[in-house]
Amino acid sequence: MTGPREQFRPEDHPNDHFLLTTVVGSYPKPKWHDRAREMFEDEDADFGEDEWEESKDDASRLITHEHERCGLDVICDGEMRRNEMVEYFAHRIDGYEFNGRVKVWGHNYFDKPSVADEVEYGEQWLVEEFEFTDEVAERPVKVPITGPYTLANWSFNEVYDSEEQLAYELADLVNEEIEALVEAGARYIQIDEPALATTPDDHAIVGECLERIVDEIPDDVRLGLHVCYGDYSRIYPEILDYPVHEYDLELANGNYEQLDVFKEHEFTKDFAMGVLDAHTAEVESVESIKDNIKKGLEVVPPEQLTVSPDCGVKLLPREIARGKMENMVQAAREVEQELDAGEIDVVASGAEASADD
Amino acid sequence: MTQIVATTPGLFPLPDWAKDELSDLKGHQKTDLISGDEGGEIVDAYDRAREEVISLQQDAGLDRVVEGQLRWDDMLAHPLAVHDSVETRGIVRYYDNNNFYREPVVQDDLTADGDVAAELDAAAELVDDGLQAVLPGPYSLADLATDDYYGDEAAFLDAIAEFLAGEVEQFPDVETLFLLEPSLVENDPDDGTDERASEAIDAVANATDADVVTHTYWGPIEEKTYAHLMDADVDAIGFDLVSDHDSNVYNVQEYGTKDDVALGVVDGQNTLVESPETIRDRIDWFEQQTNTVYDTVYATANTELFYLPVNKFADKLESLANAADLEEVEA
Repeated sequence: MTGPREQFRPEDHPNDHFLLTTVVGSYPKPKWHDRAREMFEDEDADFGEDEWEESKDDASRLITHEHERCGLDVICDGEMRRNEMVEYFAHRIDGYEFNGRVKVWGHNYFDKPSVADEVEYGEQWLVEEFEFTDEVAERPVKVPITGPYTLANWSFNEVYDSEEQLAYELADLVNEEIEALVEAGARYIQIDEPALATTPDDHAIVGECLERIVDEIPDDVRLGLHVCYGDYSRIYPEILDYPVHEYDLELANGNYEQLDVFKEHEFTKDFAMGVLDAHTAEVESVESIKDNIKKGLEVVPPEQLTVSPDCGVKLLPREIARGKMENMVQAAREVEQELDAGEIDVVASGAEASADD
Repeated sequence: MTQIVATTPGLFPLPDWAKDELSDLKGHQKTDLISGDEGGEIVDAYDRAREEVISLQQDAGLDRVVEGQLRWDDMLAHPLAVHDSVETRGIVRYYDNNNFYREPVVQDDLTADGDVAAELDAAAELVDDGLQAVLPGPYSLADLATDDYYGDEAAFLDAIAEFLAGEVEQFPDVETLFLLEPSLVENDPDDGTDERASEAIDAVANATDADVVTHTYWGPIEEKTYAHLMDADVDAIGFDLVSDHDSNVYNVQEYGTKDDVALGVVDGQNTLVESPETIRDRIDWFEQQTNTVYDTVYATANTELFYLPVNKFADKLESLANAADLEEVEA
């Protein structure tokens, strides 16, 4: 059982095999959109709420279509309405306050919020984003949503006795939002929990959060979990017990040094493997991406392999990001052809036992 | 009577204007991080930022003033990341934090290159007394790096210690040297390595006449490691009372500590600002639990401070300085 995957195969898919290609979420913003935000935030500029909304719509439409032109099977709008993966949500949740930017790495910062009061569901988070993207898109839309554990872990907690308690409170809010998204038609939801990699001993807390999140979510909704930049041996195979269909993991940046971790225990869910480094500003060749994809086939059979970048690509120059997406899709299609032709030995164990449903 | 010395482990957040300016000047990719041979406008921006954080400490009334380590894009791995004998590879996670640094891979002889000494020279121009140097401890620096040259773990640790000692020898006069050793907690050394870690710390400490504090954080040190650490000829060991006060006190009750002690009494990773009274209570509690009157208590943040937004960072410096003053009044 690897979940409801087949619904995402395009009708005109050219090959028998289908390696689902998708993105993790964020994408470089067009320069004019950054400029629009600056003007919107500048009190002296003649640029109000309507103009800013129009800019977000235009950027969302543009990047959604850019993803489609790259040939991706499942797309999103590159998170054109979001500034950052915790900030965006914290602005919408009552109880949060902002004090200023903190470093993530190099000169990449985020406005790490503080929980200064009990958290409560405020305005909608992503329903409007999804409805707009779904309206303009021809392809299925995935909704990335920051998970409660990361929302808790990447906030300063001034109120709750423990981060665990804060995470569970937030999990109930995420569940509320996902129910609304499903109601609006979303069928592919990716929960981003990069913080899990930082505190692997907390995998049981993330598990409990996910149980709360999936409560009363219909079976035909595909749920993924994205984790990046950590020591996977400390969370695998335990994470396979989580109530999700797919794990999206960053591996290209580390040159697949951790791949063996996933071979020691049968990978019983879908494996969305990072085949592009999100932090090098050069486009990987189709050949090298194909080699990476084939590494994924050492872990799972093609029916369980999803092809995606390591992580969100928003820090790359846009033309580089686009080049990477195009090459990634081409590489996936070429590997599918080779699979169709029987030119690739699928060495992953359990190919028959865990075929797609 | 105990002297309370208000200080910090350094590694400050960049002032917000410097975040913007340096981000524009340097860029956002992993190849854009500090190289050690930067020039012109970048040097100028860091000079102005350094001046600002030094004034901030002086205005707050801290007893020790650090350079701020604003250039340390790779946090504690910085001294290696800028070294000519080191190649930096992919970005890797910094301990269990949401922070990343470039993996430094040592490929040739490590000789002191004066990078940290040059920063301190610049700081010394602005600080008349109370200048404090900050370095990664040898065990932590070795732990954060990859060795592609020395061949075995013991030789690598020795080489790192020798490198740091060489760097310390080039320092201008400083009052105190903080050696930050979170890896002693986060990656507990095995049998044999624990003793070598202590000897490596000793080697660095012996390179200076300044008071040396080996500061640990993110939990208690394992007992055996702590027992070995006590053999190092340092003036004080630092304990993180924010993350785990009971286990740290236990170590001191069981094995004693130096005549001076550093206490992490302010949370470097939470925006909730401790009042001077709270800080003072934490110090008093430690003294009572360990039933000791220390010559000097370094009252410090438990961790580096770059995790904080600048407003709360500044508030915390002020609280630390005020906590030390509070004690003086009562004394």
